[in-house]
Amino acid sequence: MQIELIVNDKSVTWDIEKDEFLADTLRAHGFLSVKKACDTSCCGLCTVWMDGKPVLSCSILSMRAHGKKITTIEGVAQAAEEFAHILTAEGAEQCGFCSPGFIMNVLAMKNELDNPTEDEIIHYLTGNLCRCTGYMGQLRAVKTYLGVA
Amino acid sequence: MQEVSLRNVGHSIPKIDGLSIAMGKPAYTEDLAMPQALVLKILRSPHAFAKIISIDTSKAELVEGVECILTYKDVPKERFTLAGQSYPEPSPYDRLILENVVRYVGDEVAIIAAVDEKTALKAMKLINVEYEVLEPVLDFEKAIGHPSVVHFEEDLTCNFDIGLHKEQNIVSSHEQAVGDVEKVLKDCEFIVEDVYYPQAQAHAMMETYRSFTYQDHMGRLVVVSSTQVPFHIKRQLARALQIPAAKIRVIKPRIGGGFGGKQTGAGDVFAALVTLRTGKPAMIIYDRQETFSCTTSRHAMRIKVRLGADADGFIRAIDLEVLSDTGAYGEHASTVLSCVGEYTLPLYNKTKAVRIRGNAVYTNKMPAGAFRGYGATQGTFALESAVNKLAERLAIDPTEIRLKNISQKGETFLTGHGVQLGSTALDRCIKKGREMVGWKEKFPRQTMSGAKIRGVGMAITMQGSGIANIGTASAEIRLTDDGNFALLIGATDMGTGCDTILSQMAAEVLEVPLDKIYVSAGDTDTSPFDPGSYASSTTYLAGTAVIKAAEELKGKILAQGAKFLGVSKEDVIFEELSVRRIGGEGEISLAKIAEQTILGMGNLQLAAMATHGSQISPPPYVAGFAEVEVDVETGKVDLIDYVAVVDCGTMINPNLARIQAEGGIVQGIGMALFEEVRYSNLGKMETNTFMQYKIPCRQDVGNVRIAFEESYEPSGPFGAKSIGEVVANTPSPAIVNAVYNAVGVQVHHLPVTPEKVFLEMLKQQ
Repeated sequence: MQIELIVNDKSVTWDIEKDEFLADTLRAHGFLSVKKACDTSCCGLCTVWMDGKPVLSCSILSMRAHGKKITTIEGVAQAAEEFAHILTAEGAEQCGFCSPGFIMNVLAMKNELDNPTEDEIIHYLTGNLCRCTGYMGQLRAVKTYLGVA
Repeated sequence: MQEVSLRNVGHSIPKIDGLSIAMGKPAYTEDLAMPQALVLKILRSPHAFAKIISIDTSKAELVEGVECILTYKDVPKERFTLAGQSYPEPSPYDRLILENVVRYVGDEVAIIAAVDEKTALKAMKLINVEYEVLEPVLDFEKAIGHPSVVHFEEDLTCNFDIGLHKEQNIVSSHEQAVGDVEKVLKDCEFIVEDVYYPQAQAHAMMETYRSFTYQDHMGRLVVVSSTQVPFHIKRQLARALQIPAAKIRVIKPRIGGGFGGKQTGAGDVFAALVTLRTGKPAMIIYDRQETFSCTTSRHAMRIKVRLGADADGFIRAIDLEVLSDTGAYGEHASTVLSCVGEYTLPLYNKTKAVRIRGNAVYTNKMPAGAFRGYGATQGTFALESAVNKLAERLAIDPTEIRLKNISQKGETFLTGHGVQLGSTALDRCIKKGREMVGWKEKFPRQTMSGAKIRGVGMAITMQGSGIANIGTASAEIRLTDDGNFALLIGATDMGTGCDTILSQMAAEVLEVPLDKIYVSAGDTDTSPFDPGSYASSTTYLAGTAVIKAAEELKGKILAQGAKFLGVSKEDVIFEELSVRRIGGEGEISLAKIAEQTILGMGNLQLAAMATHGSQISPPPYVAGFAEVEVDVETGKVDLIDYVAVVDCGTMINPNLARIQAEGGIVQGIGMALFEEVRYSNLGKMETNTFMQYKIPCRQDVGNVRIAFEESYEPSGPFGAKSIGEVVANTPSPAIVNAVYNAVGVQVHHLPVTPEKVFLEMLKQQ
C-alpha cells in the first residue's frame, strides 16, 4: 500500500507493507539515525516525533503515519546539535547507539516543559534506556542545556 | 609525578567520534550493510538437551526467496571456541558451527538465508526436526557426577591442560595456594565462613549482536562485525570454517556497547558460512530475545569463603572455593574461574596463607562468557561480604579493617610472585569515600520516618590492567603527505573512547594539536595487531604502544628536519609544528618535511610502529559506599546514594574516566538490585526481554557520585592504569552490606529483591 506523509518537512509518498513498522520504513528510506534495540517498546532508541510529539517508531505501524508529520533527528539537526555538543562535552554519549532517540526526547521535553525540576526531567526521560553511562552524565547535560540547577 | 604541563593528556576532550554518533550518522554494522544482503535467521533448539534424529528442510527450501538452508550436515567438522582470546586459547574447542546435538534451549539447529526476514521466518516454520530429548543438567550444583554428560563427544580438545574432566561435566579445575591455609586458619582467633551466590547477569548492550559479510574483489571474506575482538574473530572464523586466515578480513565499525559480551563471537560464523556458500552478502542481526538467551551471560557462581584473622584484626588467611556455571559451552570458563582469586586475593597482604580452588562446570543452559569484571565481580562480592562480616565479629569499623589490611605501594602480596605494587591510592579512596558518604554519622543505620530504615555499607575492589605476559598491543603512526598523522591501532573503541584517548597520548608526545591526528582502527587488514578491548587493556597496553611509536616517529621527524636544515639532530627542537634550530636561524615546517620526504625526490615516508606487552598488570582500585533505604513493611530497597572513589592512576581524559565509572557503577547496581538471568524448570530462559529482565532506568539509580584519587603508575602511559572493569565490582557487596546494616538481613543470593529481604525479616521476628 501507499502512504503520504511529511518527513522532516518534505512530502513523500512511500510504498509500504501493511504490517511494516515506522522504524523499519524510516531506515529503509535512509533515516539511519533511527535505531531499534528491544522489540518490546521499552528502550526508547527509536524515538521520533509524530506531529511534534515523541513516539516509539518501532511500535507504530507505518500506515498510521499516513497524513502525519514525522520528524527524525536529521530534521532538527541544528537544535539537536546544540544539545549533542553539551552531551559530548560530558562524554555522556559513550557508544552513541541510544543518543539519537534520547536527544529527540530531550528536545521534546524542552518544548513541553518549562523549567522542569530534576524529578520531572528524570520522569520524562525514564523510557530512554542507556547501558553505558549510568545516566548521571546525561542528567548533567540536560540540566546544562535547559539552564536549570 | 610528572611536573610538565600536558596539553592533551589529562584534559576532558569530547570523543572524536562523539558528535557524529550522537547525531545518528550511519556508523554501525547495520548502517553499513549492503541493501541486497541476504537476511539470516536461525532455527533454534526448543530443548535443553537433545539429539537431532532427523531434519527435513525440503519444504522450506521451496519457499520463493530462500537462498539456502544449512544444517549440521553442511558444516566443517573441526571444533572451535567462540571465546575471543589470544592463541592458544584457554577455552576448549567444544563447538561445531551446527551439530546434531543441541545443548541448551536456543542452541542453533539450522541457518536460513533468504531475500528478506519475512521469507526466512516463513521457511523456518517449514523445517521439520525430530529430536531425541535427553535429561538436561540444569542445576550447576548437581552438574559434577550428573548421569547426563553435556559434552560426550570424542573430538573435544583443549590447547593445554585446563583441568577438563568432561565425563564429570567439569570443564576446568583450578587451584592456587600459597602457604598452608588450614594451618593458619587453625591459629586464627576469628574465623568467618560463608557462602555466596553471585548470579548470571546479562550484558544488555543497546546494540544487539550483528554481523555483515561479503566477498571482496579477490574473493576474500569480509566480515563487518559488532565485536570487541576483530583479530580473534578472524582467527576463530579461519578455524571454524577451515579456510586460511589470510582469506579473511574483519572490520569493526562503531559498536553500540559490549561490556565483554562482544569478546565472544556470536552471529559472525553463520553469516560468514552463508557468504562462502552462496558468494552473496549476508547479514545477521540477533533480536533482543536471541541476545538475551542465545549468546552469553556472566558466570553464575557459588563461592565459599573462609577468612581468618588474629586478635589484632589482621586478616591472616583467605580461602575461596568456587563453583562456576559455564553453561553449555566453555567460553572463558577457566580464565573467569581463575580471575575470581587473581583479582581479589592481592587486596589484603597481611595474610600468611591464601588459597583458591574450584571447578567450572558444564550445564544445559546458555553459555556464560566474558563480562566486565570477569570473575573479579563475583569474587569481590564474596570476599568483601565476608570481610564486612569479619569486621562486625571483630567490632572494627569496616573502613578501618580495610585500611589495616590492604596492600600498600612498594609491598608484595602472596600470589604476586614477589612483584612490588607500583602504585595505589586505595587508602585515600577509602578515606575520601567515607567522608563523602557521611559514614561516621550514618554507620550503621538511621531510622527514618514511617517504616523506613537507612543503612550504609561499603566494599573495595581491584582489577588488573591488561593480562600480564599475554596481552600485547601495537600501534603505528605515519606522517602523511599532507603533514598530518595517521594513527593506526587495533584497539577496539566500543563507546569507551579509546580512539580519543589514544589520540590524546599521540598528540601529547608528538606535540601537535589533536586535530592533526586521524585514527584508523579495528580493521584486521590495515590495523596492527591488537587482541581487542577487554581485560582492561587498552589504556595501559595500547596507550604505551602509542607512546613508543610516537616517540620513535618524533625522533625521525627531528632527524629529518635537522637533515634538511643541514645540522645535527641534537641542534634542533620541535616547536609550533616546525623543526627549529636551537638558538639560531632556520626552521622547516612539519608540512614541508612531509612534502619533501614523501613527494618528489624524498622517497621516504616517515612512520613508526611499536608493540607493547607487560610483565605486570597493575591494579586500579575502587572504594564503594552505598546508602540504602529499606521499607520494613515491604522489604523494598531504594538506593539513596552511591559514592565510588577510583584510583585509575593518571586520568587520561577525566570526563571519559568519570562516565566509565558512573556507567560501571550503575551496571553493578543493576546486578545488586534487579538483574538475574532465570530459567524455567525445563531449562528455558524466562528473562529474555527487557520486560522480564530489568536493567536500571534513570529512576532507579539514586545519586551516583564519583571521585578520583589519582596515583602514578610507573609502568603505565603517563602514569595511567585501567578503569573499564574495576568500576563494576563494588555495588553488590556494598549494597548487600548496607541492607544488612539497615535491617540485619544478609542476602547471599544476588540480586537483593524485596521478597528476599522481607522473608528474611519475617524469619528474624
